[in-house]
Amino acid sequence: MTLVSAVAATAPASTTLLRARDLDVTVGGTDVLHGVSVEVHAGEVVGLIGPNGAGKSTLLRALTGLAPLNSGSVEVAGQALRTSDRRTLARTVAVVQQMPEAPPSITVAELALLGRSPYLGLLARESARDHAIAMQAMERAGCAALAARTLGTLSGGQRRRAFIARALAQETPLLLLDEPTANLDVQAQCEIFELVRRLAADGVGVLVVVHDLTLAATYCDRLLLLDAGRVVAEGAPHEVVTAEHVQRVYGTRVTVINDSGHRAPIVVPVAVDKSEARR
Amino acid sequence: MSARTAQLVGRLGRRSGGLVPAAGAVVALLALVALAGAMVGTTSIPAGVVLASAWNALPFAGARIDVPEGWERIVIDVRLPRVLTAGLVGAALATSGTAYQGVFRNALADPFLLGVASGAALGAALGIVLPIEGALPFGWVPLLAFAGAVIAVTLAYLAAKVGDSVSNASLILSGVAVSAMAGAATSFILLTAGERALTIFGFLFGSFNTANWPRAIGGLPYLAAGVAVLLLHARVLNVLQLDEEQATQLGIDVPRTRIIVLAAASLVAATAVAMAGVIGFVGLIVPHITRLIFGGDYRRLLPLAALLGAAFLIAADVLARVALRPQEVPVGIITAIVGGPFFLSLMRARRGGLR
Repeated sequence: MTLVSAVAATAPASTTLLRARDLDVTVGGTDVLHGVSVEVHAGEVVGLIGPNGAGKSTLLRALTGLAPLNSGSVEVAGQALRTSDRRTLARTVAVVQQMPEAPPSITVAELALLGRSPYLGLLARESARDHAIAMQAMERAGCAALAARTLGTLSGGQRRRAFIARALAQETPLLLLDEPTANLDVQAQCEIFELVRRLAADGVGVLVVVHDLTLAATYCDRLLLLDAGRVVAEGAPHEVVTAEHVQRVYGTRVTVINDSGHRAPIVVPVAVDKSEARR
Repeated sequence: MSARTAQLVGRLGRRSGGLVPAAGAVVALLALVALAGAMVGTTSIPAGVVLASAWNALPFAGARIDVPEGWERIVIDVRLPRVLTAGLVGAALATSGTAYQGVFRNALADPFLLGVASGAALGAALGIVLPIEGALPFGWVPLLAFAGAVIAVTLAYLAAKVGDSVSNASLILSGVAVSAMAGAATSFILLTAGERALTIFGFLFGSFNTANWPRAIGGLPYLAAGVAVLLLHARVLNVLQLDEEQATQLGIDVPRTRIIVLAAASLVAATAVAMAGVIGFVGLIVPHITRLIFGGDYRRLLPLAALLGAAFLIAADVLARVALRPQEVPVGIITAIVGGPFFLSLMRARRGGLR
């Protein structure tokens, strides 16, 4: 068992790691979230889907205290967000943003080690244990072979893995990922989601923002469909990803293949006939 | 742990360890440069005499070593305070610049970004033209320069503050605005200063030719306090290399850290400017040189930049004394003329360039 899963596994499988209730969030004078509730349990991958501007990233920010709540409550691993300090929070929930920044000159290993920061005092140095945890985080994220490479030399998929390794080094039971597969080719997309599934199998609770509905339906246990700051559908992938939902929320006609023996629904756009479009 | 893992962990430690040998090499360089700094000048003094004079000056020294009295006086009263001042100022500017670049995550940041230099220049100019006399051991100029620097940075900070938050962009902009205003006032004083304009120019270019013991010792407590705060935040500066959101999610109170680090770095830079005038370039390039040679970990970067900055400025001051002997060249001109090409060649030699 890895060090990371050892921590996560101490929580029973049904533990609710994240419980957010009735969140109202205003950003820059605009109401972005209205009464959003979400729960994530240990060992579960919850997908957050919805059009651009639906409030997905804001929800992630609100869950870590970066966007202040107008009302509602967030509990992370049983502790209210309002009363937990930053360092404690950083040991409970790790986030990989959409476009995380880091100097191109630092190595993957150095980035992973920064994930140990919540455990280190002002003058502390990383111990051998911190190095070992960072190493295992890189192995789990599939970037151990890149440990000595600098970020500037990585491909998009490798870079994503490096930041996931940094998040795993935080040894948190809860992981929030904001579009981890954006701008990746199909192989890299699948690899990232298979990695996410393995983390969940180790007991980590994952909340992930996904744009690709088929990917979301394939890899997530539950989905939450956000539109204009409200949850419009929630449940198992086949309940949420339906032609009717997609058309209503995205305003686009799609075919949803939901009955072909696939475990998860597949979303296919209904294109205008190409020869007609040309005319 | 598998052999491969062990090997990778070893690799992982490569860039984060080894402060001692690196520091040893830089300290040796610093010692050599400091010795040269005490030997060179209008009168050349042999190394043995320098060392003997320094030995004789130690309070606990036993038997005196016999050296020519004139040389000993030059070493003790002129050369050593000068070398010490150059070293302190170099270390201060380099440390401060390293911290500024870290906080702003910007390779172009330097200690004068928020108005330290222009505020100090205005303070010094006022000190030079106003008819004030006092019983201070080193005159009013350093004191007013220090006050000007602190006031300028404080103004820039307050102007950029909206509610409880201060963004990097507005901080830089208000720093530019405050600098422009202070610069305009200094220019006006220069135009109306008559023959005293030369003294003001001397301050604007920076020089160590008025260095003395009281001034060097007087700056020491401020430098020590500021540098101590910066060293205390070295690990946090590593985390601040990431964006603000990531740093926050890693448990860092980013706004608070930024204020503390900027206040300490500005205090250090203000002290440096009060001690020797405005010396450009050191605070910009020494951090980069240190980063290129020793990597980006601030726990190594800050102390090594201090040592390299000290060596660099002492060496620049030696050149300033010998380049056009017997006339002295302002040291700020030397730092740019010599440091610039050196820096560019180092930058090009490293494929990765600057971060």
